[in-house]
Amino acid sequence: MKVAYYPGCTLKTKAKNLEDAALASMKALGVELEELNRWNCCGAVHSLADDDLIHHVAPVRDLVRAMEQGSDKVVTLCSMCYNSLARANLIMRDDEVKRKTINDFMDEEEDYHGEVEVVHFLNFLRDEVGFDTIRAKVKYPLNGLKVATYYGCTLARPRNVAIEPPGGTRLMTDFLDAVGATPVKFADAFTCCGSYQIIANPENAVNVAAGILDCAAKAGAEALVLSCPLCEFNLAKKQGDMIQSGKISKGLPIFYFTQLLAAALGLGKEACRFDLNDKCSVEILKSKNLAMEAVAGIA
Amino acid sequence: MPIAISEKTIKREFIEKIASLSGQDINRCFQCGTCGGACPMSGEMDAMPRRIIRMAQLGLEEAVSETRTCWICASCHSCTVNCPRGIDLARVMEAIRLLTLRKNENMVEPSKMPAETVKEMPQIAMVSCFRKLTS
Repeated sequence: MKVAYYPGCTLKTKAKNLEDAALASMKALGVELEELNRWNCCGAVHSLADDDLIHHVAPVRDLVRAMEQGSDKVVTLCSMCYNSLARANLIMRDDEVKRKTINDFMDEEEDYHGEVEVVHFLNFLRDEVGFDTIRAKVKYPLNGLKVATYYGCTLARPRNVAIEPPGGTRLMTDFLDAVGATPVKFADAFTCCGSYQIIANPENAVNVAAGILDCAAKAGAEALVLSCPLCEFNLAKKQGDMIQSGKISKGLPIFYFTQLLAAALGLGKEACRFDLNDKCSVEILKSKNLAMEAVAGIA
Repeated sequence: MPIAISEKTIKREFIEKIASLSGQDINRCFQCGTCGGACPMSGEMDAMPRRIIRMAQLGLEEAVSETRTCWICASCHSCTVNCPRGIDLARVMEAIRLLTLRKNENMVEPSKMPAETVKEMPQIAMVSCFRKLTS
């Protein structure tokens, strides 16, 4: 199976653990992801003003690249990239007037009408690879690891790009089930982590993020799984500050879902990249004798 | 403090601009407050989204601009998906932001960000922040 793949900027720098684990897992599952030959930043957020079309050009150009590569779908990992590509795609598919303006502007590109389907990696795992196939290939199930399923905003809102129907919370649950972990549902699974306000109003964003961690811990989770590098920054990298200021009492291990997949498939250190996670993430795996090869030697 | 409303205070142009930028009919709002209840940032806001919409309905441009609500909004769309009147509040907040940003005002200054912050921030954090909060 060969599939067009859009990585996005952050996966190449600050979220290598999200990408490395995904690519190694796909290789182990016999799926070939073909990175787009030329891609640009998706713009990270979708423009919401009716008169602002220029910001749709970046994600649409990425979709045109996928079409040029002869693919009818493009798979993404980062939640924000997924959201901005999928929403730009809907405009090109459904809005005749905006489509014409954008196509006319992109003089050198082939006209685009929403031919490519934007698919998030979790949907791809469920629909194309199959959770049963994954379950059959799991070498080291993550037995006894209680993981909160965190979706955040951009995988779930707005409704027309949600990775599963509104109110449905099966996808992450079924994924964790396939890799042998114990899914923990919690009230803040769809609550925003504070997003880009971590730059403009860091105190406000950290308050919101701390509330999510507290909610997950109170629901009995020992760790939290997510798919967005910005959520990871606010919920994981900011934990030191939160503990220092007394907003949370102790750290909660945060994993990208692809890392749990790679670990369960029995892949090693270079695939799982737990060295890029917080210390407490490695500690919990060690304490439960999980993913031993992937965490061996990481202090 | 009571807000005085008269033909003088109602900025019709403000009402029209919000409608055309957001594509939303804010007169549909019946002040139920579901938006603020669903908003993860509401605890950090000085005015609930419901209040912003009411002020916008009445064309109270200055009163809206005195609040920080649209600058605390994280564009998470919780209000949008929960509004029982079908108003896409995320678009209304964007319209209110743009009315300021398009006057060439920035809420964050990219050039003044500490090198340490730039080094640690994921690209998507910076790109989205600059997209939402700079002109």
